[in-house]
Amino acid sequence: MSPLDTWFNGRTLLTDGAWGTELQVRGLEPGRNPDHWNIEHPDRVEDVARAYAEAGCDVILTNTFRANRIALGEGSGALAVELNRAGVEISRRAAQGRCRVIASLGPSGKMLLAGDVTPEELTEAFAEQAAALAQADALLIETMSDIEEACLALRAALPTGLPVIVSFAFDAGRNKDRTMTGATPEQAAAAVEAAGAAAVGANCGSGIAAFAPLCARLRAACRLPLWIKPNAGLPEIVEGRAVYRTTPAEFASHAPALVAAGAGFLGGCCGSNVEFIRALGAELKRCALS
Amino acid sequence: MADLRTLHDAILEGNAKQAAALTQEALAEGLAPLDIIQQAMVPAMDEVGRRFECEEYFVPELLLSARAMKAALEPVRPLLVASGIQPAGRVVIGTVKGDLHDIGKNLVAALLEGGGFEVIDLGADVPAQKFVEAVQSSGAGIVALSALLTVTMPSMKSTIEALDHAGVRSRVKVIVGGAPVTQQFADQIGADGYSENATAAVALARRLSQPA
Repeated sequence: MSPLDTWFNGRTLLTDGAWGTELQVRGLEPGRNPDHWNIEHPDRVEDVARAYAEAGCDVILTNTFRANRIALGEGSGALAVELNRAGVEISRRAAQGRCRVIASLGPSGKMLLAGDVTPEELTEAFAEQAAALAQADALLIETMSDIEEACLALRAALPTGLPVIVSFAFDAGRNKDRTMTGATPEQAAAAVEAAGAAAVGANCGSGIAAFAPLCARLRAACRLPLWIKPNAGLPEIVEGRAVYRTTPAEFASHAPALVAAGAGFLGGCCGSNVEFIRALGAELKRCALS
Repeated sequence: MADLRTLHDAILEGNAKQAAALTQEALAEGLAPLDIIQQAMVPAMDEVGRRFECEEYFVPELLLSARAMKAALEPVRPLLVASGIQPAGRVVIGTVKGDLHDIGKNLVAALLEGGGFEVIDLGADVPAQKFVEAVQSSGAGIVALSALLTVTMPSMKSTIEALDHAGVRSRVKVIVGGAPVTQQFADQIGADGYSENATAAVALARRLSQPA
């Protein structure tokens, strides 16, 4: 049983697309940590959130992926709390009760195994961030590559009482089916299920075509709902900006295979935008009817 | 008698402390620095590379082995310099402006050092001008640029342009890497080389260091 089971009502839920690129369209300087805009330009962040809510998303995220004190840098605990609280408030305002808000937590960017960070430091940073996000409907620990870091974050987030989803980036190895640290979908699913996750998933990665097999392997490895949020392929740089060549229609055409493979939540990661999510939503409606 | 096999295994297993101690021991017993390198260290790193290729090792293991290699090289390096043996080359490395991710960059830096290169690590979020200054002051032959975010990839291009404007572009080979970076992108921005992973980056740096 997952606390999310009551959310589905027999269909795959539509989640949102990328935020960073949408914020860049609204003037965010490339390379700047987008989370700072929760305080500096909350109106523009809300604009992105609202665009996704209006595109028919069942779930939107928060602009808080990098708002943990380790990723933000030394002495940023108070800032992290402020950015996270503001992030949830912004997405709530944009959702206006039309959709649920799941708060995003990204990796620390430091490697446990290499001794760059201690388990205690990770626990403290994730607990702080999770507590500051506790007004959301659920928490999402995403783009993880290290099972140990993911489980530390999960355990740090569970005391909020919210359902916690843990999603990994499988983009390494010959078949692009391992995380950077070598974890397989089977290992990742088993570990986070045992540690109390409400759902497990795959996001980012190496393009949507790789996701149906990943999804099927996660499905076979655990009983949790599955969170699937693929990239829109790899970017090319045109006139100084990252351009993704996958079209919304191509992206959405993978939806039936992903639903068949067990995706409970479906959306887009880097390179996707509101167009992709609309196309995906239309495709999901067709899946539900057929 | 110093045990080169154990040194080999210490590097393979990423045990930096043991690798350094065993190297000291071998030197104290009078083994030639080059013999230690060629009989223990190089084969160990070759095996690390092989394990990475066959997916027995992933990034964390690579990083630990590279650190062990670096620790083992520490006591050997001054002896090599004293006997007139030159480093494989000098590399200025950094993650480009706007990008704070340093895992990939650290890994490449460690493997380059393990491969006998002298590495000047500028850290993460490095402005183009800092790369220019480091090239000017160090006389490095290679500049290695890292980016993890698609949004910071353009900083690679502006760094190459800055090297060009400063008149040092022709002095250096620029190599690029990072999750979203591709050969096509490297070609687009006029880099001299791209590698898909950290072990291949060392081979690339070696190739580009050869006098033309």
